[in-house]
Amino acid sequence: MRDLRLTTAFRDATAAALLAALLALPMLGFQLTGTAQGLTLDTRFPWVGYAALTVFCGRLALSLAGQILAPLFKAKLSLPFLLAAPPGRLRNIAGWTMVVLAIGLPLTPFTDRNLLDKATLLLIYVMLGWGLNIVVGLAGLLDLGYVAFYAVGAYSYALLSQNFGLSFWLCLPFAGALAASFGILLGFPVLRLRGDYLAIVTLGFGEIVRVILLNWQDVTNGPVGISGIQRPSFFGLPFLASQPGHTTFHEFFGIPFSTEHRIYFLYYLILALALTTNIFTHRIRRLPIGRAWEALREDETACRSLGIDPTKTKLSAFALGAMFAGFAGSFFATRQGFISPESFTFIESAIILAIVVLGGMGSQIGIVLAAILLVGLPEWFRELQQYRMLAFGGAMVLIMLWRPRGLLANREPTLRLPPLAAENPGERPK
Amino acid sequence: MMTDSLLCVEHLTMRFGGLSAINDLSFHAKKNQITAIIGPNGAGKTTVFNCLTGFYKPNVGKISLTSPSGRIFLLERMEGFRIAKEARLARTFQNIRLFTGMSVLENLMVAQHNLLMRASLYSLAGLFGSSSFRRAEQRALELARYWLNKIGLLDYADQPAGSLPYGSQRRLEIARAMCTDPVLLCLDEPAAGLNPKESYDLNGLLLDIRSEFQIGILLIEHDMSVVMNISDHVVVLDHGARIAEGSPTAVQADPAVIHAYLGTAPEEPTC
Repeated sequence: MRDLRLTTAFRDATAAALLAALLALPMLGFQLTGTAQGLTLDTRFPWVGYAALTVFCGRLALSLAGQILAPLFKAKLSLPFLLAAPPGRLRNIAGWTMVVLAIGLPLTPFTDRNLLDKATLLLIYVMLGWGLNIVVGLAGLLDLGYVAFYAVGAYSYALLSQNFGLSFWLCLPFAGALAASFGILLGFPVLRLRGDYLAIVTLGFGEIVRVILLNWQDVTNGPVGISGIQRPSFFGLPFLASQPGHTTFHEFFGIPFSTEHRIYFLYYLILALALTTNIFTHRIRRLPIGRAWEALREDETACRSLGIDPTKTKLSAFALGAMFAGFAGSFFATRQGFISPESFTFIESAIILAIVVLGGMGSQIGIVLAAILLVGLPEWFRELQQYRMLAFGGAMVLIMLWRPRGLLANREPTLRLPPLAAENPGERPK
Repeated sequence: MMTDSLLCVEHLTMRFGGLSAINDLSFHAKKNQITAIIGPNGAGKTTVFNCLTGFYKPNVGKISLTSPSGRIFLLERMEGFRIAKEARLARTFQNIRLFTGMSVLENLMVAQHNLLMRASLYSLAGLFGSSSFRRAEQRALELARYWLNKIGLLDYADQPAGSLPYGSQRRLEIARAMCTDPVLLCLDEPAAGLNPKESYDLNGLLLDIRSEFQIGILLIEHDMSVVMNISDHVVVLDHGARIAEGSPTAVQADPAVIHAYLGTAPEEPTC
């Protein structure tokens, strides 16, 4: 083993300690204490020393450990068992296992209402991630305002059902279509923009939609939001103990009433919606339009030289991505029974984008893993209170250090050359 | 206009601010012929290509392309992607522009986008796996296989295009352009960066394309072993203007050409 560069490590640690001391001086060194005579300024300089010492030791240990462990890390840990980007078949098996687990989850004995609620929330984010994946992962258009389409879907359902008494199943296609048209509306002005510029404009669009929802009092009821949104029914059978003039779900099936029926139904509903999104993306990737999206992500100039219309291709990606956000939005509205502009802030867009990027652009299973990590874990660790956001940030930094291209980054070709059926490959096809 | 002329460029002028990159340039490219555009660095060759393919809009001039059906397309008025889609003019790039993250086969399938889009009823029929789309896809795969076999990349079909060696990437880009079923193939320095063996093979490929597909080929090239051996017609540019035109041997003997190349013989040009 090569000799440890002790001096470098010491110099590094000293620099870090100095920096820590500088930072700690105002933050730890002085303290305001309230006494009977008013506020007084106390000093606690030993604390600054402790902080600097801790940082010094920590930094020294870290760089020494790094020097010792780096070769080992390179050899073994760069290929961790689960996330080593499995080849196509393994990935298929993993995908189907996940589907079976998701379907079976409500039937397991340890499942309670709380778990199912969290799983439903998780699935909303998985679906949003899969939807945004069309725009960001496949077409390579960085969209920071995705939550706007989610909001459009939610408000479409809420308003249609409140004002016109339409049922959830009727509203779903409307919400999708409305969100898709908003996608096209956003798409037109931003067609010429790429990368950072596109991100800024989409961010602005997301805010515009939220501000409109806040201020258009007559229609959206402003910051108060819309409450009492019609809850979902089992194809017309409401989940209620009794409703005059209506057969309820438990009466129809002759089972005792339970409030959990609706929870189960909502879970399966979002599971079906999310899986539809997945199957759709999976199929469309293998169609010419899907390949054109990916080609556009790789090189727009080359696409144009091959006769691909960049305008239509981009707009279709925007529209389809937005459509799924619209579906998810109307599900959100019917699940909560209440929506307000509060639910559609920028942080939601950021989380959905983080799910797509961390999952590995374009990877469907990667998105599920990232959603569990970014949405599921913080939900389960609510007891940690504000520290969970710290853990959230830490986890993201770690993932970016460890797998900078996302959890599952490598890409499967959309089609492979089938083995030859004819005898002569040199034949020019007619 | 000449009857057998495929591409006809008349009085083409392209200015960038005060600089005239192309100045009153006229030339023809014929069907079933290889036309080469040569000239010293900065002569405006790539600018000509960019005008032809719609990346630049020329200030003055007319560029007409006669399709086999007899329809005449005025390229200077068309949007870039329509030139490739409707007028069927395909091009390659000086610095290769493949879809590097996609597989070799996918590169060739993307080139058949418009055909497959129609076959899949703009994705609607494709989404439900209609049999007519599957047949169209099968035909597209066979065409891709034909080209992979021709450029010797049949065994690399499922590799990412970016992982191929340089020479193979050049050949793949030509194959991708050919998969769009063009009437005129424009190649921007196809032999740049190739070794002598590879550029010899390239000559074979281009002659093969010309004889088998009966299309016109327009190429910019510095490698005189390519230009002189396979071109039917050579156009020499200098400072954006045409200084000579004719058969390779006639151009080689032209004093203006020798002068433009700073007195060096055309067999050993300054590249």
